[in-house]
Amino acid sequence: MKEHKEVLYGLYDDEEDLLRAVKQAGADHLDIMDVFTPFPVHGLDPLLGLSESRLHIAGFFYGALGTLTAFGFMTWVFTRDWPIIFGGKPYFSAPSFIPITFELTVLFAAVGMVVTFYTICGLGPGVVNPVLDDRITDDKFCIAFKTNGYSDTEIGKLRSFFSNTGASEVSTKTI
Amino acid sequence: MSAVISPIREPLIEGNKSYHDITEDIASPTEKVPNQTWILAFIVSVGFLTFGVVCIFWTVWFGIGSWDLNRTVGWGWDITNFVWWVGIGHAGTLISAILLLFRQKWRTGVNRAAEAMTIFAVICAGMFPAIHAGRQWMLFFIFPYPNTRGPLWVNFNSPLLWDVFAISTYLTVSLLFWYTGLVPDFATVRDRAKGLRKRLYNFLSFGWTGSAKHWQRWESLALILAGLATPLVLSVHTIVSFDFATSVIPGWHTTIFPPYFVAGAIFSGFAMVQTLMIITRKVLNLQEYITLAHIESMNKVILLTGSIVGTAYLTELFIAWYSGYVYEQFAFYNRALGVYAWSYFGMMFCNVISPQFFWFKRFRRSLWWTFFLSIVVNIGMWFERFVIIATTLARDYLPSSWSYYVPTWVEIGLFLGTLGIFFTLYLLFTRVAPVVAIAEVKSILKSSGDQYTGKNAEHHYKEVVEKSDTAHAHSH
Repeated sequence: MKEHKEVLYGLYDDEEDLLRAVKQAGADHLDIMDVFTPFPVHGLDPLLGLSESRLHIAGFFYGALGTLTAFGFMTWVFTRDWPIIFGGKPYFSAPSFIPITFELTVLFAAVGMVVTFYTICGLGPGVVNPVLDDRITDDKFCIAFKTNGYSDTEIGKLRSFFSNTGASEVSTKTI
Repeated sequence: MSAVISPIREPLIEGNKSYHDITEDIASPTEKVPNQTWILAFIVSVGFLTFGVVCIFWTVWFGIGSWDLNRTVGWGWDITNFVWWVGIGHAGTLISAILLLFRQKWRTGVNRAAEAMTIFAVICAGMFPAIHAGRQWMLFFIFPYPNTRGPLWVNFNSPLLWDVFAISTYLTVSLLFWYTGLVPDFATVRDRAKGLRKRLYNFLSFGWTGSAKHWQRWESLALILAGLATPLVLSVHTIVSFDFATSVIPGWHTTIFPPYFVAGAIFSGFAMVQTLMIITRKVLNLQEYITLAHIESMNKVILLTGSIVGTAYLTELFIAWYSGYVYEQFAFYNRALGVYAWSYFGMMFCNVISPQFFWFKRFRRSLWWTFFLSIVVNIGMWFERFVIIATTLARDYLPSSWSYYVPTWVEIGLFLGTLGIFFTLYLLFTRVAPVVAIAEVKSILKSSGDQYTGKNAEHHYKEVVEKSDTAHAHSH
């Protein structure tokens, strides 16, 4: 059973307002739960203190696995399991293993990374995630705070943060 | 925050759009009942598709004998069509991957549709080797699985098997790349929809929320996939060309094939993108997102790759003469002046001469010329594959085996059938998915929208400053 989150969120009309607000939130030591935007806003990650994605490192290992699988398997088949001479070439004819090795490297890396991406983001077919506002995928930029157990003063502080930073709408939602 | 954009760059989004306008313009075609043109086009496409299915059944039922292949012409229209479709399938990934790495912003207007086209073209292409195999029920023999025959493995040294790996990897990676790009846009459609549509699009959007961390990973994934897809797209047609180049047939056994096939693939792929985009932008009213600047950029790619192809043709002729090898010389003499000279000159005219019009800006920016030449180029690229395959095989080493190959109605029907599959899938795509990448277009609005670039930019800037000044005055 997932815990219900009480969320206080503000919507901004422009990504530049959003960036200024996130910067301000950092200065005010406010604990942002998440920021939702209709498209990737550059410059947001350092302000939110998000470390660089390590997806590419995973991709390297998936790719390396593909390389080894393909090259190793073809080598085993043609030198150990069932050696056949093709066109007078040696059993271990490495150059002609290259195309398939390359293709499987790309295939493993791509499939592995995509599966990892959806898994760590918690996305996938049939997943229903709460949507704070339908316009977040259209033209609104959203900063959300988790307010479980917050006192009225603390919530008031967040509300004044939103009005000071130019949020066009402020609402609450339990998700 | 946006990067510095040269003032001579043309805007890529016209019509002073806001973020909401972009959503509205691009997502709304998926929400409306299709118009008569669409329905008519769909009926025609499904008609061709049905005929294609009939021809597939005919081929499977009666065997490859229903084609007019013979002792030396073992590859005819089937492999011609296969190579043609694979070639067409090269533009999408080129646009979305290579142009992403080169930070070309104009890719955002056309990448979605071009990638869809890639996937559909590769599906059409993959069908031909499958039915060409003759005993289609034995097709699973191409997979290296532990079997009861030894296990006897497939020949990993064969370019035909490399092709299986290349095409299936290409299809898989393109599909993943395309779909991951679509997920945020499906979320946009979901959040506008009601009822059953909302449920459907929530399923398609994988529960996307637009969280900052998700976007960060999404961008990282797109970049790495682009980095992987770039060598992949070059490898696919290289490997297709190996089907020919590693054989010992004069006219095929040439080292120039890989680069020349890749250039030809990009050439024909972009031509198909032009054909489709010119119609799509008009029918779906997307002229402000797929602008003349986009069309012109693509025409420049067509000019470049067309000229590479032309240079390759001439190089081939020169090398045939220079090799001093009579069979090679005859192969090229026969292509240009033999019984199939009509296809050779058709190819030369369509692929080498026609794109040269694009040296002139007037032609590059003319929709009618672009549309006409894009079709000419695709006809030319079909001729190229026919010239390479049929004319070469019809004149073997033994003059007693020489023949004149013409296709049967079944072979023609299979080709028309794949056109039907392609257009049916494309038409369905335009109803279900946003044809332009909504999120990506929004991300370039501030740098390439017409209110932010060129002569309008200063005006807009002044307006914004004045507005914020008055706002300040009020707040104090």
